[in-house]
Amino acid sequence: MTTLQLKNIVKRYKSQTVLDDLSLDVAGGERLVLFGPSGSGKTVLLRLIAGVIEPDAGRVLIGGEDMTDVDAEHRGIGMAFQNFALFPHMSAFDNIASALTSRKSSKDTIAAGVHKVSKLLKIDHVLSHHPKALSNGQKQRTALARALVGSPPLLLLDDPLRNVDAKLRFEMRLELPRLLAAQGATVIYVTQDYKEAMALGDRIAVMAHGRIRQIGTPAEIYNAPADIEIARLFGDPTINLLEVVPQRGPDGAFVELSDMRLRLPGFGAEIVGKQCVLGLRPETIAFAEAASQGAIPVTVEAETPLNEKTVTLGLTARGREILVSRPAGTPGPVAGPAHIAVDGRTAFLFDKATGRRILPSELASKRNGEAA
Amino acid sequence: METTSPVERLLRGVALTLVVVFFMFPIVWIFLMSFQTNETILRIPPSVVFSPTLENYAALITGKLQTASGTLDIAFMRNLGNSVLLSVASVAVALLLGVPAAYAFARHKFKGSEDIAFTLLSFRFAPPLLVLLPLTQYFQWLGLSNTYFGLIWIYQLICLPLILWIVRGYFEDISADVEYAYRIAGHSWFSTFRKIALPLAGPGIAAAGLLAFIFAWNNFVFALVLASADKQPVTVGALAFVTASGIQYGQIAAAIVLSITPTLALALYAQRYLVEGLSLGAVKG
Repeated sequence: MTTLQLKNIVKRYKSQTVLDDLSLDVAGGERLVLFGPSGSGKTVLLRLIAGVIEPDAGRVLIGGEDMTDVDAEHRGIGMAFQNFALFPHMSAFDNIASALTSRKSSKDTIAAGVHKVSKLLKIDHVLSHHPKALSNGQKQRTALARALVGSPPLLLLDDPLRNVDAKLRFEMRLELPRLLAAQGATVIYVTQDYKEAMALGDRIAVMAHGRIRQIGTPAEIYNAPADIEIARLFGDPTINLLEVVPQRGPDGAFVELSDMRLRLPGFGAEIVGKQCVLGLRPETIAFAEAASQGAIPVTVEAETPLNEKTVTLGLTARGREILVSRPAGTPGPVAGPAHIAVDGRTAFLFDKATGRRILPSELASKRNGEAA
Repeated sequence: METTSPVERLLRGVALTLVVVFFMFPIVWIFLMSFQTNETILRIPPSVVFSPTLENYAALITGKLQTASGTLDIAFMRNLGNSVLLSVASVAVALLLGVPAAYAFARHKFKGSEDIAFTLLSFRFAPPLLVLLPLTQYFQWLGLSNTYFGLIWIYQLICLPLILWIVRGYFEDISADVEYAYRIAGHSWFSTFRKIALPLAGPGIAAAGLLAFIFAWNNFVFALVLASADKQPVTVGALAFVTASGIQYGQIAAAIVLSITPTLALALYAQRYLVEGLSLGAVKG
């Protein structure tokens, strides 16, 4: 177990700033997921930690020690690459052993280490094969084995499940936490898949444009996204985003949907009249009886059955699209007019100009995070 | 696999045969000529029916050229030896210098690296005759004219840019991640170069080496001007067959056969390295 600290990291390529004054603290034994769209600087950051890329400014501390000017081979890190980066001219055994041969261990120690980790990853029967003869899944496991074999205190995994098929990805997503826990290493895991991020991370750091936009537990990120972009990145189907201008009502602020009032509890004058974006998770919206209190009329346009849920596309009276998600098998309208019920307490309100979340406030979001 | 009809296969065979005959005919004809005397070569009409003789090869190997006006000494075997020495040494030096340089240019973009690489390539732009005159002067001052050392140095003008630019491309094709992975596994940059970059660029290095060898072997003008008889390669030595009493076609043919043999053998040997697609399967499939 080792800690990792990044202090004010800056990296530029020509005029483009890839990492912009980025700082990050990772506790020993923690599993931190770096999540973000492609081009957000995740991979560059990972390579910078590994030591194969040098930062233009800032320090990299591993286990409290300043490693900024230490060569990659002396950092004692394990890393798995998105494209596997296996050595094509070496057998799977030699690929995995490469992380041990540099330590001048005896042949028997190396062989024992390789066999142990390959058994764990179920590739012990293909150790004599060259990468060319391995399936994608086996390549990926070989790459993981190479990263794990030296029991490095810090493990960097660069989207290791990106290039394997869906079945294998699911399998590995179940297997990885156990495997990583057994290692006891501090893990930095890069992914573009929000489900993977939520499944594997103790904490998630959401990156965009070379900065960390939000860092928190999966529940915190999901229940209190810092801005519109993060809200959009987490969740499937994606969050409903509707432009609204809150108005003053007798008991606090409200917004209008299909000319019906949706109360925003706990908020008053400060948001009234402001250009905002209302965020509604599809699964927090439910179909309701027309007569029920606060029911909002919509027109059902289409229904998409996904395996475990059914997603309905509805139109409000003003022609705005709203996605409603409900567990598969539960009843719901298929077409025509219907009503939905929205709980103002589950809604997010973002400042349209800055994209930052206004509602729920930091305090309220903490409570939500703990509850979830 | 696509299926082909017998007709298609037949036509393809005929087409291939035509192409091979067209390109191979001069070589076959020279090969036949090398076993004939000047008289049978020059008879009209020419014929493939003749009684083969080894006297051309004998003359080359013993160095005694029989002409109508008497015996001439020729240094063909020595020229052949010079060719081998000059080409092998030049390519060896060029590989030794060029491969690490190519790696540096491929992996480390430093200030002016492109300019340096381009300058090295530009050595091949200038017509050799243009640089030869000043070179001759310099070589005389430096005492390098008519030395193997000087010739091998000058041959770097031919070999080094070729190897540098071809091998650089191969190094650039190796995924940087593969090298990073080896570094992170705890190996120094030099051991990464030796154990990862060199083997993976192997086919490219072989191809570049072979090409450089052929270019060095075929060079004529540098050796003609900068070396005297005892250091000259076959390309220059072949001039000796144009004698006062006529051109010795038989011996020229035999000399050609002997002088293309090393390059041909090398090409055939290196072929399997050239087609080896080593990097296949290295990254995502």
